[in-house]
Amino acid sequence: MTPSITLRLEHAMPVEHRERLLRIAREVDLKPDTRLFEEGGHADRFWIVRDGTVALDMHVPGRRTPVIETLGTGDLVGWSWLFEPYVWQLGAVTTTRVRAYEFDAVAVRLMCDDDAEFGRAVGRWVGRVLSHRLNAARARLVDLYGSPAAFLSGGAG
Amino acid sequence: MTAVPVPHLVVDRRRDTAETVTLRLEPVGEALAEFAPGQFAMVHCFGRGEIPLSVSSVQGTGGLAHTIRSVGAVSDGLCATRVGDVVGLRGPYGTSWELEPARGQDVLVVAGGIGLAPLRPLILGALAEPEAYGRVSVLVGARTPADLISREELEQWATAYTGVTVDWPDTGWHGDVGVVTQLLGRAPFDPDRTWAFVCGPEPMIRATARDLAQRGVPPERIRVSLERNMRCATGHCGHCQLGPLLVCRDGPVVGWEQAQPLLSVREL
Repeated sequence: MTPSITLRLEHAMPVEHRERLLRIAREVDLKPDTRLFEEGGHADRFWIVRDGTVALDMHVPGRRTPVIETLGTGDLVGWSWLFEPYVWQLGAVTTTRVRAYEFDAVAVRLMCDDDAEFGRAVGRWVGRVLSHRLNAARARLVDLYGSPAAFLSGGAG
Repeated sequence: MTAVPVPHLVVDRRRDTAETVTLRLEPVGEALAEFAPGQFAMVHCFGRGEIPLSVSSVQGTGGLAHTIRSVGAVSDGLCATRVGDVVGLRGPYGTSWELEPARGQDVLVVAGGIGLAPLRPLILGALAEPEAYGRVSVLVGARTPADLISREELEQWATAYTGVTVDWPDTGWHGDVGVVTQLLGRAPFDPDRTWAFVCGPEPMIRATARDLAQRGVPPERIRVSLERNMRCATGHCGHCQLGPLLVCRDGPVVGWEQAQPLLSVREL
């Protein structure tokens, strides 16, 4: 496991739950342009990126599929597997070679149901990821770089 | 430091983006004192007026330069200057990034849009002494790929990690998409022994500094460059007052422990 992944799960999940989760992970090596899931599809898996980049995209009729966000080392790919109706809200495709841990979502949900402590830890971890992405989306809504200020680069006149 | 603009010759002019130009300047006569990275000059466009501009290159490393975005009468005039034209300079003014305390520590540079320009001499300073600092990482965010400056340099800098992300990718963009703060999770740094330097529009500074503080970087080790309307640049006119600070004199570079409460106030 890379230090980055260790660090992120350490922050979000106690060691015993983290180790239990990683025990059922499958290591995958994906070529560029591998589609992980399509928007509207059944959310039955999720991934933690060990190395490489995954693009989240959205189908817009009549337009080239826009990339909404990219995810990299240590990032969780997919959260719709945790919430009913378990349907992907976006699509995901690798843009580089990607090495990742792949998880069977049904198995993880069953583990969560069987062990409330483990379930809470997983819920907190995914919630934290969602909170971070919500903040990022809000920051983009206010056009982070489009502020009229920048006086020290000419914005004052 | 002088209160009268000192004539400087435009010796090189490079267009960085559709809106941005970098002017390299040399004194016609007497030279100004040495600028430190993060400091600014009042740059006078004759017949139009003067504006505060951070240095994007300092005398010691590559010569004095300013990177200017064309957004108003004075900046339009400066961007339109040609090699051989003369502009006026006052300075150096304000506080600098102060790289010295970061010796032996990780250096994390986070820039939004044209905010990379004032950070450029700091990055060059850190990379010039790789043995003196820990891991040097540079994170850059911009609205679109067309808004990115110093793209070639970004690829050449020998950092531990360089991340570039845009909000709105075009068809030719194969890099990251999203806000610059999402790159913080990918940069290698130890929060307990990191100095962070952040420059960009205020919403970006706030989002980045808040995220860094949450990750454990002490606020006093997060240095940010504040943006206020400087006029006299000598702490007399009060145009750039921000609470107890006169940004031209006490800034523009301050610690986040000082900036955070001031930037949280709705009207100040």
